[in-house]
Amino acid sequence: MDKAGLLELYKQMVTIRLMEEKCEELYQKGKIGGFMHLYIGQEATGVGAVSVRQPQDNVITAYRDHGIAVACGMDPKGIMAEMFGKITGCSKGKGGSMHLADIQRRFWGGHAIVGAHIALATGLAFADKYRKSDAVTLCFFGDGATNISYFHEGLNLASAWKLPVVWICENNKYGMWTPIEKVSGVHELRQKAIAYGIPSDVCDGMDLLAVRAATEKAIAHTRAGNGPYFLEALTYRYRGHSMGDQRAYRTHDEIKKWQTEDPIGQFEDVLLKTGLPPAEIDKVDDEVKHIIADAVTFAEESPFPSTEEIWADIYADIEPERN
Amino acid sequence: MAVTTIAKALAQAMAEEMERDSRVVIWGEEVAAFGGTYGATQGLLDKFGPERVLDTPISEGVIVGAAVGAAMNGLRPIAEIMGINFAFLAMDQILNHAAKVRSMFGGQFECPLVVRTTSGGGRQLAATHSQTFEHVFAHFPGLLVVAPSTPADAKGLLKTAIRCNDPVMFVEQATMYSDKGEVSDDPDHLLPIGKCDVKRTGKDVTLVTYSKMVSISLRAAQKLAEEGVECEVIDLRWLRPLDMETIYTSFKKTNRAVIVEEGWPTYGLSAEIAARIYAECFDYLDAPIQRVAQKEAPLPYSAPLEKYMLPKPEDVIEAVKKVL
Repeated sequence: MDKAGLLELYKQMVTIRLMEEKCEELYQKGKIGGFMHLYIGQEATGVGAVSVRQPQDNVITAYRDHGIAVACGMDPKGIMAEMFGKITGCSKGKGGSMHLADIQRRFWGGHAIVGAHIALATGLAFADKYRKSDAVTLCFFGDGATNISYFHEGLNLASAWKLPVVWICENNKYGMWTPIEKVSGVHELRQKAIAYGIPSDVCDGMDLLAVRAATEKAIAHTRAGNGPYFLEALTYRYRGHSMGDQRAYRTHDEIKKWQTEDPIGQFEDVLLKTGLPPAEIDKVDDEVKHIIADAVTFAEESPFPSTEEIWADIYADIEPERN
Repeated sequence: MAVTTIAKALAQAMAEEMERDSRVVIWGEEVAAFGGTYGATQGLLDKFGPERVLDTPISEGVIVGAAVGAAMNGLRPIAEIMGINFAFLAMDQILNHAAKVRSMFGGQFECPLVVRTTSGGGRQLAATHSQTFEHVFAHFPGLLVVAPSTPADAKGLLKTAIRCNDPVMFVEQATMYSDKGEVSDDPDHLLPIGKCDVKRTGKDVTLVTYSKMVSISLRAAQKLAEEGVECEVIDLRWLRPLDMETIYTSFKKTNRAVIVEEGWPTYGLSAEIAARIYAECFDYLDAPIQRVAQKEAPLPYSAPLEKYMLPKPEDVIEAVKKVL
């Protein structure tokens, strides 16, 4: 990959980081409401994996979706406006933080019922296979989702029907506030995929290049018509499960240990080793600060949806009954 | 026009729509090799092949979830859930996903999907396999719910549902698959969305009902006619959207109504329709509206008990006499 390409991936990770730090601040100010789950710490997994997809490939994820949305190329303006509940948001203010989506970029959403989108992913993949397209579906989910029925039904169906899905388990060690070891019978989560006859791999989710290499291999397997593939990325969320999480369930030492492997810091070192001048990296940082500031201004200045909007988009063919 | 069964009428509807539109695919438990538990997908595998007619694992969550995903990504799936009681296992996909992916993402996603399933008691299958709760789905904005009462309606309504660009719950009654009737052979014979069908006209009492209870109500109406009481029997066809205008028009003529449903009355379909009639037609009311429904107990296996619990023509007749 050339320097410009590497710098673009760095920019995406910094965009996620700075955007979410801003979101945290805006949440505390009451500008953003509802549940909000930050991706900070996991940037290399989403950006690394999505960076190797082709334009025809689908991406779908759970509610910790800001990072994947940016990795899919979504404009922070539409994301920020969505979190503000504005009509200019990507989902017209009806979805919020957990339900970002962009059909133009084949990003089929953040979905907030744990594991449910694993089932949707099988259908997205079926449709492409049925049309004889070579598209694959990248389906992200957390370690906690490997315990829900959808995971088992979805992986089994994908395996039985040889559906082109790359399952990407972002193992960040905790399902909400509970360590995965406490609630999963197997601790190496790929064992669950092996049970369904799905080939698998594990990668360092804090190392963008490692995620890229592993995802490339996974996609190649799936695109060649061999059915699904399971990739477990070992990663860590620096923030809590959602806003308001007091982190009593893990130690500061544990968080600090993971932060020494920070995905952005690591990748900066990679960039510097290629001979890229530090000033170019600083330039990207500045550029991203402006992008985020513009996104906040855009969200602030956009109007809320009119009350009439509640009746929009419920049905395609009929008028909803109003009360 | 030819006389056929509901099972065959459904198979015809699916075959015609699959012929017409290559985006229509079918999956569910035993729908392919076996031709459907009730024979409603008989012949489709041979005609359209294993890429379009697929047997699934016994996994209701992913049967519907995969159909939602495929619908979002350009197909028009028909997902069969063998019995509505098993739809409990797919409830999240139906209510949280099929019903909401369009609106919650600001209209970005389409969900042209039909979930076919079988409802109702009368087969000695005991409490967990005999329930009637299609009206529960009708509670949710974003879904359409339809339940046919005749072979002709089954075919026309299923074709309409398949061509509809929204998610439709298509609910068949378990004991009706071999009911016979005339069916249109016009491949474009559709029935309007959200319109009732008046199955019998009458001036004395309005009977509002749907699905299996249409024939029960018609039998009651026949008996009552012999006693000089003329019932108007309205088949709802669609539980959502509800065609209240047809019901109001009839009620304003008869001033009396009995609502007949197979399920339990508490929080039921008859409660909803009665409330609407009271609100809209209060000045036309000559008697309190009566509701005929299943006894409020889990449906037992034992045949005499099951028979006792389910609405019968005599129950309808008794209710009609109360409003006269």
